Amino acid sequence: MKTLFKYIYVMKSIITLLIFAITFTSCDNNSTNKGALSSSAAEKVYVAPGEHDEFYAFMSGGFSGQLAVYGLPSGRLFKVIPVFSQDAEKAYGYNEETKPLLNTSFGFIPWDDAHHPDISQTNGELDGRYIFINGNNTPRIAKIDLSTFETTEIIEIPNSAGNHSSSYVTDNTEYVVAGTRFGIPIPQKDIAINKYKGNFKGTLSFIKVNPDDGAMDLKFQVLMPGFDYDKAHPGRGKSHGWFFFTTYNTEEANTLLEVNASQNDKDFIAAVNWKKIEEYVNNGGGSKMPTNYAHNVYDEHTHSATSTMKKEVIMVDPSEVPGAIYFLPTPKSPHGCDVDPTGEYIVGSGKLSANVTVHSFSKMLDAIENKKFSGDAYGIPILNFEDVLAGSVEQPGLGPLHTEFDNEGNAYTSFFISSEIVKWKLGTWEVLDRQPSYYSIGHLMIPGGNSQKPFGKYVVGMNKITKDRYLPTGPEVTQSAQLYDISGDKMELLLDFPTVGEPHYAAGIPADLVKPRSKKIFKLEENKHPYVAKSESETKVTRNGNIVHVYMTTIRSHFAPDNIEGVKVGDKVYFHITNLEQDYDVPHGVSMIGANTSELLIMPGQTETFLWEPKQVGVWPFYCTDFCSALHQEMQGYVRVSPAKSDIKLSWSLGEGF
Amino acid sequence: MKSFKILLAFGLCLSLFTACSKDNVEKTKKANTTENKEKSGQAFIKDDQSVPNVLQIAIGSKDHSTLVAAVQAAELENSLVNAGPLMVFAPTNEAFSKLPEGTVENLLKPENKDALANILKYHVTPGNYSKDFLKRFKKLGQANNKYVKVEVVDGEPLIGGARILGSVKAGNGIVHVIDKVLLPQ
Repeated sequence: MKTLFKYIYVMKSIITLLIFAITFTSCDNNSTNKGALSSSAAEKVYVAPGEHDEFYAFMSGGFSGQLAVYGLPSGRLFKVIPVFSQDAEKAYGYNEETKPLLNTSFGFIPWDDAHHPDISQTNGELDGRYIFINGNNTPRIAKIDLSTFETTEIIEIPNSAGNHSSSYVTDNTEYVVAGTRFGIPIPQKDIAINKYKGNFKGTLSFIKVNPDDGAMDLKFQVLMPGFDYDKAHPGRGKSHGWFFFTTYNTEEANTLLEVNASQNDKDFIAAVNWKKIEEYVNNGGGSKMPTNYAHNVYDEHTHSATSTMKKEVIMVDPSEVPGAIYFLPTPKSPHGCDVDPTGEYIVGSGKLSANVTVHSFSKMLDAIENKKFSGDAYGIPILNFEDVLAGSVEQPGLGPLHTEFDNEGNAYTSFFISSEIVKWKLGTWEVLDRQPSYYSIGHLMIPGGNSQKPFGKYVVGMNKITKDRYLPTGPEVTQSAQLYDISGDKMELLLDFPTVGEPHYAAGIPADLVKPRSKKIFKLEENKHPYVAKSESETKVTRNGNIVHVYMTTIRSHFAPDNIEGVKVGDKVYFHITNLEQDYDVPHGVSMIGANTSELLIMPGQTETFLWEPKQVGVWPFYCTDFCSALHQEMQGYVRVSPAKSDIKLSWSLGEGF
Repeated sequence: MKSFKILLAFGLCLSLFTACSKDNVEKTKKANTTENKEKSGQAFIKDDQSVPNVLQIAIGSKDHSTLVAAVQAAELENSLVNAGPLMVFAPTNEAFSKLPEGTVENLLKPENKDALANILKYHVTPGNYSKDFLKRFKKLGQANNKYVKVEVVDGEPLIGGARILGSVKAGNGIVHVIDKVLLPQ
């Protein structure tokens, strides 16, 4: 009886509360709607036909291995740049020219997991020259040239596994940095897995970028304890010269990490003084360690990539460079590691913590100077948490992941579990605003939001869960991005738009910093492809044993030659096709019946090659696969394939004998 | 029956709320308005195919009407339907009734929403472990940023002193029914 009475009482309270809530939320809702009506979200994202977006957004494709290019604020998709995965549409990784880009010490690998794009910087500001992105699975860093929007270099990272705390650039793109998520034996060896602790290691790789041509070179690696190096960001401005990495699994567990790597109350942010280590290496420091990794470079003039195996790397033992590395204790398996535009604050988001922890760079320097150490881990000094702590944002949400910054001293942190973006103030740590994400946001991006000069007009949230946001497409649905206007005090959700693959990080940049440099054609006279035919008079077919090379050209609206005879079953026929067009946006495509590869898509002035291995006698057609002109349908040709023992001579022609 | 009434009340709340929005906003302006966060979010997606999530399990249990009412009062529905994984220690109505007289009523007051949320989050672990597996832990890090102690007594895990009466696997984690409300220190 007493229970029942209590229950009725509780129910009464709840109903009262609900009625209160209804009244309250209704009024609140009305005012929100009025506010929204006065500022139209649709107008804010509308880019009229023929007009251009204000920003480029480069969103990693995650498990697609690619990098997608969108416009902001419209959310329109412009291009998917193939990086780590073969792309039949563009013949990337299928044609003979780009296959070497996907070479590794494990052989040809047609896929990777692309995570964190970062745009090159000069003086801590976006310069729009290159964008770098990491391959997580088979550790690699790729460079995309933003004049062609094509992948032009991929360097494999040896002594690494799970290349996750990558590929972030320093203030002047001196280095692109890559860190290991998975501890492994270095060098690799046959050892019991449960010998992990103390025997497995991680590495932090510093890839030098040539300021003139962007060429990458693995300058040195730092051999670290076998923690999981999760995310990273370089120092900015005052902290330029340092690099910060969040770590988890400082427990060094080798099984059931969801339990065993969550035992320590605090893990670390590793602060690495790379300038000090660079100086040490420049003076002959570090040991030369034998290794094996691929360095693949695409040459814009030969339109071809080459792959070189490198056999040595400079490995730096931190104990030999005292004062170069320190550990900053940071609560509960920190994930995001973000540095504010001034370089003073280092934000570590403990993904299992409800708080966001912020360290102070100047307090860190002071603690180092006064040797306020609480101990060491494998000889690397650990600073006192309280001595380096700038402050923390108390319980702003559940599951903090990543933080970006605007140009007014505000930070924006994504919260996975409570599914929201929280805006807070640097220095006072007060929460200023929160907006829900639909649903379960991972990374977020403000154009320039990890540089010294953010463009704080929009934030894009990249959500992990989509569910009912769009028309259903069976069990697999697109990943969803959301655009918020952050120009006012309160964030305003403007737009949902679908994305390619599973975006992790993204990088945004004002379009004006990229547009003027965008190439329209490749100049034919600069084409140095070994099998180029720069005019129809240079076309030919050659044979060496069973290897046949076809030097073919294409122009609106025919191939030269378009009749080829004397090819035999068992031949390996390489079609080298040069697009003679010198006109913007007139690519030609080509494919051959039964070719065990993709089409080619050849830009004006470019040469590309596909391999065809005829298996059957007959006359086999090829045709242009890109609608290039009014007479595109006439763009076709034939190859006659004779028996292997046939003595029909090789011949080729265009427009003869009709 | 209890949970039905609560659902009814909640449904009423939603319908009033929706009606109100419709009255005040012309349909044509819909594209211009931002989301209504009170009625949107994963908790409100229609899905009769997936395994019920931890929130749906709690709502469907007649022994957890007080907990559900508290979750709704603290507006934590959307967090409980997250991909998680989430392990919810769900005190029964009887467990709530063991609290000192007036405690629940007090916590349900709007001005105590934060205190209520703090207590509720103390019942949630990011993780998904069976009752047996929980014996491996000495403590669990809870969603309110505090730890709860795990002991093993007579071969059974005690979570903050609470016994696990039963466990239900959820689409996004697991619900362990417990006989005591966990109060953060």
